[in-house]
Amino acid sequence: MNLLQFLAVPLVTCLLIAGTPRAVYNRMFALVGTAVQLFLVIYLIRQFIAARIQQPAEVYFLQQFEWFPTWGIQFQIGVDGISLSMMLLTALVVLAGVLVSWNQEKMSREFFFLLVFLSLGAYGFFMSRDIFTLFFFLELAVLPKFLLIGIWGSGRKEYSAMKLALMLMAGSALVFIGLAAIYQQAHSFDLAILSRHAFPVSFQYLFFPFLFLGFGFFAALFPFHTWVPDGHASAPTAASMFLAGVSMKLGGYGCLRVASFLMPEAAQYYGPAIIALSAIAIFYGAFVTLMQTDLKYMNAYSSVSHCGFVMLGIGIFNVTSVNGAVLQMISHGLMTALFFAAIGMIYERTHTRQVNELGGLLKNMPIISTVFILAGLCSLGLPGMSGFVAEMTVFTGAWQNTSGWIRLATILSCASIVVTAVYILRAAGKAVMGPLAAGWQNLKDAAWQEQLAAGLLLVGIFVMGLAPFLLQYLTGNEADGLVRSASSQLINK
Amino acid sequence: MQHVPLLHILIVSTALFFIGMYGMFTRRNLITILMSLELMLNSVNINLAAFQRYLYPQQTDGIFLSLFIIIIAAAEAAIAIAIIIHLYRTYHSVDVEDASELKY
Amino acid sequence: MPNLYTILTILLFPLVSFLLLGLTSRRIPKNLAGLFATAMMLISTGASLMVAFNYFTLAPATGHAGNFETIFRFPWLVFNEKLSIDVCIVIDPLTIMMLVVVTFVSAMVHIFSLSYMKGEERFTTYFAFLGLFTFSMLGLVLAGNLFQIYICWELVGVSSFLLIGYYFTKPSAIAAAKKAFIVTRFADLGFLIGILVLSYYGESLDIATLLQRLGNSSDGRFQSASAASFLGLSALAWGLLLVFVGGAGKSAMFPLHIWLPDAMEGPTPVSALIHAATMVVAGVFLVARLFGMFILLPDVMSVITFIGLFSASFAAVIACTQTDIKRILAYSTMSQIGYMMFSLGISNSGDHYLGYTASLFHLFTHAFFKSLLFLGAGAVIHLVHSNEVEKMGGLRKHLPLVHLSFLIACLAIAGVFPLAGFYSKEEILLAAFSANRFVFGVALLTAGLTAFYMFRLYFLIFWGKPADITPHHHGSWLMSIPLLLLTGCTIVVGWLPFGSHISWGGITHHSTINWLFSAAPLGISAFGIAIAYIKYARPSDRTSSSDSAQNWLYRAAFKKFYIDELYLWITHSILTPLVARPFAWFDRNIVDGLIHVVADGVASCYYLFRKMQSGKLQDYLLYFMGGIAAWMIFFFYLWK
Repeated sequence: MNLLQFLAVPLVTCLLIAGTPRAVYNRMFALVGTAVQLFLVIYLIRQFIAARIQQPAEVYFLQQFEWFPTWGIQFQIGVDGISLSMMLLTALVVLAGVLVSWNQEKMSREFFFLLVFLSLGAYGFFMSRDIFTLFFFLELAVLPKFLLIGIWGSGRKEYSAMKLALMLMAGSALVFIGLAAIYQQAHSFDLAILSRHAFPVSFQYLFFPFLFLGFGFFAALFPFHTWVPDGHASAPTAASMFLAGVSMKLGGYGCLRVASFLMPEAAQYYGPAIIALSAIAIFYGAFVTLMQTDLKYMNAYSSVSHCGFVMLGIGIFNVTSVNGAVLQMISHGLMTALFFAAIGMIYERTHTRQVNELGGLLKNMPIISTVFILAGLCSLGLPGMSGFVAEMTVFTGAWQNTSGWIRLATILSCASIVVTAVYILRAAGKAVMGPLAAGWQNLKDAAWQEQLAAGLLLVGIFVMGLAPFLLQYLTGNEADGLVRSASSQLINK
Repeated sequence: MQHVPLLHILIVSTALFFIGMYGMFTRRNLITILMSLELMLNSVNINLAAFQRYLYPQQTDGIFLSLFIIIIAAAEAAIAIAIIIHLYRTYHSVDVEDASELKY
Repeated sequence: MPNLYTILTILLFPLVSFLLLGLTSRRIPKNLAGLFATAMMLISTGASLMVAFNYFTLAPATGHAGNFETIFRFPWLVFNEKLSIDVCIVIDPLTIMMLVVVTFVSAMVHIFSLSYMKGEERFTTYFAFLGLFTFSMLGLVLAGNLFQIYICWELVGVSSFLLIGYYFTKPSAIAAAKKAFIVTRFADLGFLIGILVLSYYGESLDIATLLQRLGNSSDGRFQSASAASFLGLSALAWGLLLVFVGGAGKSAMFPLHIWLPDAMEGPTPVSALIHAATMVVAGVFLVARLFGMFILLPDVMSVITFIGLFSASFAAVIACTQTDIKRILAYSTMSQIGYMMFSLGISNSGDHYLGYTASLFHLFTHAFFKSLLFLGAGAVIHLVHSNEVEKMGGLRKHLPLVHLSFLIACLAIAGVFPLAGFYSKEEILLAAFSANRFVFGVALLTAGLTAFYMFRLYFLIFWGKPADITPHHHGSWLMSIPLLLLTGCTIVVGWLPFGSHISWGGITHHSTINWLFSAAPLGISAFGIAIAYIKYARPSDRTSSSDSAQNWLYRAAFKKFYIDELYLWITHSILTPLVARPFAWFDRNIVDGLIHVVADGVASCYYLFRKMQSGKLQDYLLYFMGGIAAWMIFFFYLWK
């Protein structure tokens, strides 16, 4: 299967949207384009499984094109289980995002253009097998966010857009330093070549932090997470969904695929620091969430806390924990997108996100409220939904490390599930349950497209939560191979 | 005819240059600034012509270079005056202080 | 060996009911929904009764509790080579017993609710949630994997949350639901870490394997787990203690009991099902499930004993002072579960693990008479529209059937011969007597208190001055059926040969009544009942309860010994202002502040350079000339 389709489809969709003046067609094109993406991803998964059964490999459907031959830069794309599952996540979130912003009136052509364009960046990023290509797509995924927040946002949107763009750019700058150093050392950008290249230990110690922290900016690693609350809170619903659902995963994926994978010794050396930072993010993020009164701020901080699990899994770096990190990336992507969608739907009707001003919405908006509660339950790790599966895998993986401090960090991370329950139930108890607050008597429940969007994400959440073995079948071997090839490097020395 | 020493010519051209420079720094009228600029260009032309005549009589590079400068100066004057006229139409003034919006 | 499909019928029919009703809640007629759910539950109950009958009689019990037969296994989530969550269905006598209890009580509650919840707007949703709860609880008792227990454990927690918060427009109900969920969640944290510890040392999550490895003092894994010590306790002890914390949270043991009385905000049949008969005994079930590991650690066993014993007497004291009918029952539940807990705790020091059998026997009988009490209370509340005993009185004329069943249940819980409670409590006391005299003494005293507060409740409701109630409607016959059935069970289940089927270590216990021994509990129960009669039965003495209000002990007990206030103080005065708020402030001002400092630093640089871009031609000229001059000076004079 030709992977270029995943770049061509969003691109063609973008061009069609850009070329149509009428708003009605814009959203139709966006919907059809993103639906085609979803079908393509599902088809690709089928092909992938068939190909893997036939001939197990490290990368599937690899394609290479010379790009800047003098620099050895190739445009190289290919997929494995992890990138496939991330692509599935992207397709789901983008489709849901288009559906949620169905009634976008202000500059709808540009809005849908940018939204679909974001997905192009994400696909490219997840498919890249060349770290320059990867960096290229990483950059591609930042600029549209700036515009989406700056133009269609709410609240202090200019400030937030600027903050987000600048902090992510700072992250990319760090990543770029790391990439340049890698190139200078190994004279290649090709992941396959680099993974076999033994980087000197002192080199790893010096440049691992650049790469890891650079991607850490994207993954909201403490203390580089402050763009998350402001950015998410100001962004329009679909952009929040994409931002939290997919963009933050770019960071986790990058940390895993580039930083820890290429420099295993440094990953081991800096492991305790990463674990400490992520445990802080988890525990501290949960407590900070407790004090938020704005639903979007609440969910944004809870994202910081949940993304901490991803970094924790990567920091521990054994098969189970890396698997857990991947699961958590997908789970958090689905769950937080659903949560933002529900918050967006509530905001669209009530024009407030303050928990204290809302109340009793279950009475007249049963569907939206149920979605809200389900997203909350997933967030607090209810079994049967995706959050539980991912978190438990990370915990179990983390516990296999016998160091006392790491155990302590694990316990602290586990303790966050209690705090999560507190803030989720507090918000749900006030905003959704309770007596109907004044002024919200005549609100309409979710329209068909909103139901469809929530349904899509919920299906993802429940399938993952009820049948984790399916997703594990898709990603398990890859996480296994990733850790194994990294640790075999360790053994070889 | 007695030869004028090279030094005298250089003194004239230097004087001319600094007069032009003084004009550029102190005047606010764009036309005057343009005239000062022409003065500076011409001082360079005098230098070039003088050096050619006194130091390298067999070569013609200096003459050609000054010809170039004259042509460029003419073109530049045309463009500058067009800009000035446009500015005048917009701001009703040829004062350089009023045309400081380029920084934005 | 039971048929897999029969077990799946028991397990999945409630789930089907949940899914169908949950997904179509607005589209199907309410009556149909209720009937459908009840029918599903009845089928499930029938199947489980059949399984139990076959298991215990036709093919005599194949072994003692803890000898698992795994009849279904599916790898659900594989962590690594050793650890994986397998969805298992395991059968042992304990499981079969729990199956009967859960399905039977659930079916009774379903029937009762058909009438009790009539006219509710979210009638269908209610039955859906009941289905979810029953399914999760059945999953819990059938689980063969420690993590699977945890999964179902969380699911029963959330169904309890949903059902307590059923009246979602009532702020007190929401507060109670949140409290129940959060307190048990806190305990579950202990459970989770306990699982991690146990699975790390046992290198498995499968309960049977864990019991083999860690429940066997000659196994190397057991030795390494006992050798590793942390803060003076072995790793194994920590793991088991943490697991017990989880159990204590669900079973409302002191000090994690505070959610149970508040949970009475839910509909009364729900309290009968979840907060009396099934979910709250999950902690006892958990300890019984992992009993093979617990018995090897006397320290942990004594912790269980004393927490159970303290909870039993503590709750009994509080129950004597409460005025809300359901809260009295809730404290009584807590007290009875305390009995079960300490009975498990002492069973390694008595003779032949009698405590184990006694505890589970009490669990079994308690489920019937306690749910009967709750359903009776539900019928009373249905009539009076209040939970306060002050507003009741003389109801025996209005509700003769309820009166009779309530009386029998009260006698049973007070341990009066020949009702079910007598036999089970007798066994517990016997086990305590042979194990530890102090425990026995406290337990005996608590038995007296139990008789007192139950009959206080009984007399306050059904005797005394008749409350002026206009009997607008009697409960329909649908409410009578469960009451009658449960009354029947309360009378007969004590006669079952429980000890010969469910016991630890393959030793059977035949319940024989030792009248000499029974004299003490019977006497103290009679004494308690007598005091209650003297104080509360006569109409003129109604005010006497307020006389004793002057006593400090009474006031403290009435305020539930200020435990709730303590928790509130911890959360509101310590966690919120000293942890959460500083963290939030720190994030906005220090972490984000640092980012702003960097941004402002860059900004001040550009302010500096921006000044140069004045837009004034002469300024640029000056820089230009200055630059040329500088370069010239540099090249002519400084460049060598």
